Amino acid sequence: MKQRTPWSKPVLTPHRPGGMNKFGALRPQLHQSELDGVAIPPLLEQYGSPLFIVSEKRLRENARHLRRAFSTRWPKVRHGWSYKTNYLGAICNVLHQEGSWAEVVSELEYRKARALGVPGSRIIFNGPWKPAAALEQALLEGAALHLDHLDELFAVEQIAQRLGRQVPVGLRMNFDTGHTEPWSRFGFNYESGAAMDAARRIGASQWLQLTGLHSHIGTFILDVRAYAQQARIMAEFMEAAERETGCRIEYLDIGGGFASRNSLQGLYLPPDQTVPSFEQYAEAIVTALAEATRGRAALGKPVPALVLETGRALVDDAEVLVTRVVGGKRLPDGRRAAILDAGVNLLFTAYWYNHDVRPLQPVEGLAEETVLYGPLCMNIDTVRASVMLPPLNVGDALLISPAGAYNNTQWMQFIQSRPAVVMVMQDGSIEPIRLAETLQTLTELERVPDALHAPFPNPTPSR
Amino acid sequence: MKHDPVLTVAITGMNAVPDNPGAGLAVARCLREAYGQRIRIVGLGYDALDPGLHRREYCDSAHLLSYPGSGTDAFFERLAEIHDIERIDVLLPCLDAELPLLVNLAPRLAALGIRSYLPGPEQLARRAKDRLSDLAREAGVASPETLPITQADFFRDCERKDWPFPLMVKGVFYDARMAANREEAEIAFRAIVAEWGLPVLVQRRITGEECNLAGIGDGTGALLGEVMMKKRATTSRGKAWAGISIHDEELAKTAQRLVAALKWKGPIEIEVMRDNQGVYQLIEINPRFPAWIYLSQGVGRNLPAMLLALALGEAPPALQPPRPGMLFIRYAEETIVPLSSFESLMIEGHSEPESQQP
Amino acid sequence: MDNNQDKQGRALELPKPEHLMRLALSDSGFVFDPVTGNSFSVNGSGLAILRRLQQGTDLPGIVASLSEEFEVDILAAERDVIEFANLLRNTFR
Repeated sequence: MKQRTPWSKPVLTPHRPGGMNKFGALRPQLHQSELDGVAIPPLLEQYGSPLFIVSEKRLRENARHLRRAFSTRWPKVRHGWSYKTNYLGAICNVLHQEGSWAEVVSELEYRKARALGVPGSRIIFNGPWKPAAALEQALLEGAALHLDHLDELFAVEQIAQRLGRQVPVGLRMNFDTGHTEPWSRFGFNYESGAAMDAARRIGASQWLQLTGLHSHIGTFILDVRAYAQQARIMAEFMEAAERETGCRIEYLDIGGGFASRNSLQGLYLPPDQTVPSFEQYAEAIVTALAEATRGRAALGKPVPALVLETGRALVDDAEVLVTRVVGGKRLPDGRRAAILDAGVNLLFTAYWYNHDVRPLQPVEGLAEETVLYGPLCMNIDTVRASVMLPPLNVGDALLISPAGAYNNTQWMQFIQSRPAVVMVMQDGSIEPIRLAETLQTLTELERVPDALHAPFPNPTPSR
Repeated sequence: MKHDPVLTVAITGMNAVPDNPGAGLAVARCLREAYGQRIRIVGLGYDALDPGLHRREYCDSAHLLSYPGSGTDAFFERLAEIHDIERIDVLLPCLDAELPLLVNLAPRLAALGIRSYLPGPEQLARRAKDRLSDLAREAGVASPETLPITQADFFRDCERKDWPFPLMVKGVFYDARMAANREEAEIAFRAIVAEWGLPVLVQRRITGEECNLAGIGDGTGALLGEVMMKKRATTSRGKAWAGISIHDEELAKTAQRLVAALKWKGPIEIEVMRDNQGVYQLIEINPRFPAWIYLSQGVGRNLPAMLLALALGEAPPALQPPRPGMLFIRYAEETIVPLSSFESLMIEGHSEPESQQP
Repeated sequence: MDNNQDKQGRALELPKPEHLMRLALSDSGFVFDPVTGNSFSVNGSGLAILRRLQQGTDLPGIVASLSEEFEVDILAAERDVIEFANLLRNTFR
């Protein structure tokens, strides 16, 4: 029998104006079949597809990198792990073991941190809604509480009065850095004077003591000048608040917002050319902070601790999503489409990122523009609207990354159950850190009234 | 493929479309006139229809690159692939969007033997459109206030925020449109975001005479061989189709201050507006030669030839004194291209010149 | 088998040969349509299908000869030819 040529799906690409360049959007035909030296295909066999895989090693490296970038530049640095980014217990505890506190934004997250064994004194409690019971627990346990609005300020004062003790509080502020869209809905506004009004009210209260300032200027911030300006404004406010109310600010919490090496939709350049390094963020922030607090030593006042709530930039590239092709089609406009077993139900961040997508094994054939759809029966379920990929076959597995930030907290259980998450441990062993959901996960909290127990109570003769 | 010991110069920006040309073809033309057949010119483009790639008298060979947006590694690998065929001695980039990438790649390219004459990443960043005001202040040069925005909502109440129309709406890398009202501003915003992404820059509009200056920074703070030009007629997109060489010591000093503040290395175009008080307001600094650079050859100050000499570490050629009053008038012309050339660029990403006779 | 092949043949509307005959096919994978002036890139399997269609081969014939020339089974080839024929029908009218 004569030698047969390898087959790849037939492709006919029209030469359109503006796209006449086969190298144009071509990426090196990368494939990746292992993570930290562990082969992925056997994991898919064992735990099923789709599958989230976390690298413990990368997570720890990222945490150490961040700490090094800041603590070599500023004497007192604290990191609060942003639970909302990914609050799987194993991930939180990796970061706690690296010395990070818990940064929580709801009662649920607060309880999650406590249940993991984090003492209240190592919890930073943010968020626009903290129920009275949660506020009281946080105050009793010594959490760093950041007030979001006046109602909360008064609620905390009442609790403190009831407890009969003065409690330390932080103030969340918002302002215009000139480099970012102001997030004016959270905390007290600086420019209007609302933040100073709140500081004065705290200063006048015998039950409250202002010890910290917090602000979070936004998300995926690529311009380090925004943070420099934030540091200047917060330091200036610290001096003013101390002067006017006699308080002593112990820390400035600059929130999160550092970008990860993910490709934000709408940006022309790829992340390797736009995302600042931890060192670049640190340099801008610490330079501005050092300048703005220079006068403190002469007055015998200590410099404030610098608190970071970095989430995305630590965990995003420490986790990937592996998915399989379940079907393919040619769209009426000629583009190729592949249907995957994972969609926006699991990869919520597909709404704003163009994730890196690469096959596990090399795939033969000419790369062509491909749309990647998820398994949902909804038009919005698009994992990539356009990506150059060779023709995919049913069963081909794809690795999607970075996928560590916000997906394991914002994923949804709509017509599909959520898959397993496994962690590649530092020693190369594999640990499941969240099991795949089953039908029981979906139904165990349901209660069906007796009268509704049978779907067809009156048997009808079969047709 | 290359046998002669002639110098091989690769030039990007061959997108010489009539209403909005890249500078590559003009740079190639300047070099051809200065060096004749002593150099081989490799045209690097992004589309098989980039007109410059098909001009046999200027490009000895043509290749397609991967888009800068497809990532540093993809871009580098494609360049290295072309280098394997052409043995490039010097690379002269002519497009804004390539610069961040090439500045970072310069050491890796140098390791392959590809020389260039480029600024460092920090210099490049300091002249970016969203940091220009800081640079102008530092250099003691006037400039209109500029604000980065990420949402078209800004225009809903920008007049209340002390940003009255008309305003200039600009892309971070490219494109500038005047907007007289909210509707125009939103259209401009969307068009710019679609092509160049976020943020979009809003700049106060200055009225006056627009002048441009091209030159080369030597990396120590000196500006070499400035050539100044005033547009005399523009296309509907505001691009020059006729211009005239001018000379003003005040503008030269303004440019020198900026180049000194940056310690700029490489080609540069400085765009200014001479306002109604005769003050030069800095509008933009481009990290490359402008499309009108052939005028420099026309006034006896061939800047691309000077750049090549500098990139090779040679003494730059002597220049004529400034010669105001020389016009350029741009025109469109059809190049006849056989299907086989087009096929070769489409299929191989590469074409060699063929006889121009049909 | 014959019966099935016959049904297969009728199951697919192939592009009209006269619409494909005019195409200039290059071994490089460059396709030029002199009537519309449009050009295309085609890969090896696509070129093989185009050439067979130009020769007027029917679906069972195309599928059978593809599976001889390429490492592809009959069913996978049939699936891909159905999809490709649709693309050709809509591209060349």
